[in-house]
Amino acid sequence: MNAGSIKPGSTKPGAMKVVVQSEAFDLGAEVAAISHTRTDIGAIASFVGLARDSNDGSGVQAMTLEHYPGMTEKALAALVDEACARWTLLDVTVIHRVGRLLPGDPIVLVAVASSHRGEAFAACEFIMDALKTRAPFWKKEETPAGERWVDARASDNTAAARWDAP
Amino acid sequence: MSLRVLYFARLRERFGIADETLDFNGVTAADLIAQLQARDGVWAEELAAGRAFRVAVNQEIVALDAAIPDQAEVAIFPPVTGG
Repeated sequence: MNAGSIKPGSTKPGAMKVVVQSEAFDLGAEVAAISHTRTDIGAIASFVGLARDSNDGSGVQAMTLEHYPGMTEKALAALVDEACARWTLLDVTVIHRVGRLLPGDPIVLVAVASSHRGEAFAACEFIMDALKTRAPFWKKEETPAGERWVDARASDNTAAARWDAP
Repeated sequence: MSLRVLYFARLRERFGIADETLDFNGVTAADLIAQLQARDGVWAEELAAGRAFRVAVNQEIVALDAAIPDQAEVAIFPPVTGG
């Protein structure tokens, strides 16, 4: 497929890529993959989450992300479907890493393409907020005091709840 | 009926088991939790009322009053912390 095969004004959604992987990802390559075959996209909003070097007042030397294979992919695809039902989106990419990560390593990428920025920004934030409370991933941190599982944050539930229908 | 039950993250480590096949004679997710609590020790502690955990049936998070079908894949895990 090339850009010439798409009629101007077409709003055919793209591939809606959802991937769980241990390897790193490249933001630029993912954004380019969304837009290189089409010319109807006016906005791509992206978010990249990184592994921090501290949490809850202590240093973090590394973290290991565990997930529930099978359910994870379904849960992420369901979030993307909900975003597409709520906003007019042209493409979405969600990549979440698993395994052992070091501070500064990218963990998660969400990129959302639409005709205009408002929908791209909103849908990108919605997907991240929903992912934080509904996708089955768990972080275990390595700190100077030993290993510890990260506890869920009440603020994540608050962030997700603001998207609930009134 | 027979269920496959999976445990993840902190609960997998605390229970010392990643998955098992169980005979289940109850109806709801709450009945399954009660059956597991009856094992005492760490099971009673981690699955006590007021402890935060989630139950998924056939890979969808459900409320504790949800019915569990025969041969279901049930997962019990802590609140998620990805992203």
